[in-house]
Amino acid sequence: MARKAPELNTGSMADISFLLLTFFLLVSNIDTDMGLSRKLPPMPDPGATPDVVNERNVFVVLVNARNQLLVEGVPTEIGQLKEKTKEFFLNPTNSPKLSDKEMKSIDLIGDYNKSKGVVSLRNDRSTKYGTYIQVQNEIAAAINEMRDDLAKEKFNKSFEDLNNEQRKAISKAIPVAVSEAEPKDIGGTK
Amino acid sequence: MARFKKSNKKETPGINTGSMSDIIFMFLFFFMVITTIRQGTLFVQTRVPSATEVQKLERKNLVSYIYIGTPKEKKYGAEPRIQLNDQFAFPSEIKEFIEKERAARSENDREFLTTSLKVDTAVVMGVVTDVKQELRKVGSYKINYSTKKGQKKK
Repeated sequence: MARKAPELNTGSMADISFLLLTFFLLVSNIDTDMGLSRKLPPMPDPGATPDVVNERNVFVVLVNARNQLLVEGVPTEIGQLKEKTKEFFLNPTNSPKLSDKEMKSIDLIGDYNKSKGVVSLRNDRSTKYGTYIQVQNEIAAAINEMRDDLAKEKFNKSFEDLNNEQRKAISKAIPVAVSEAEPKDIGGTK
Repeated sequence: MARFKKSNKKETPGINTGSMSDIIFMFLFFFMVITTIRQGTLFVQTRVPSATEVQKLERKNLVSYIYIGTPKEKKYGAEPRIQLNDQFAFPSEIKEFIEKERAARSENDREFLTTSLKVDTAVVMGVVTDVKQELRKVGSYKINYSTKKGQKKK
């Protein structure tokens, strides 16, 4: 009679793999790389003259060294920035102080009263990065809300649920028009 | 009739744990695939700010990271410093860094290279602006301000 080979004890296998699992859980991090994506402008040509933009089409946001905001010459809290930005772009009352609009025909959407406005963001060298991001975030929020509203109006869906082409069309109608000024010291240093 | 005689001892059968290790291994592989091992050591403290309108960074292999923050160790001073790869750097070294990053990618992918700025909330914009100016000079225009996802205020 052949002797039966003893069975391998696999009971501790689970323990070993648990150990490996915990090790990997500790040394690795689930990379949630998120953030605000922006595109930097190319360096200006030294000889080129800056584009002349009508003053009513520029929405000036200044952030000083004490992290205070000056929007279109008026001191503003960060919480109000989103509404102000939306008002500037949409200009529901066609006020001559807010951005000018222009009829443009865009694929999928048709004629749309596109705003010519640009947000000009300027900050001091001593502005805190956190404040700067908050400002960027509020402007992005304003643009996203306007896009969402337009998407609901035209396609009956929120901007998130649109397909690529529809999204492109909406983005064309409401671009991320944020211009960052060439760095310069404003509002003094601390 | 011993054949059909039931045994008197009514023992509950033990649970078979043989497949337990397989399940755990599956977990292990899952975690190994979806996570990345922390690369290098950070010398600077980067508590990124939070924002609500965040976008996810796609294609992680096309992202190069620049860290800015105050050094963790006191001996390096309290001024915000820039960290590229595994060492402190000056803004003037960014050009070389980006060029190296570009050279490491295939030709087709180079234009999609994104620079992720992991910057501490308390850093002043002067340092960030210097970095941005350098990036503009090298022609690396796509940037991403790394943030946490914050709660939306209603």
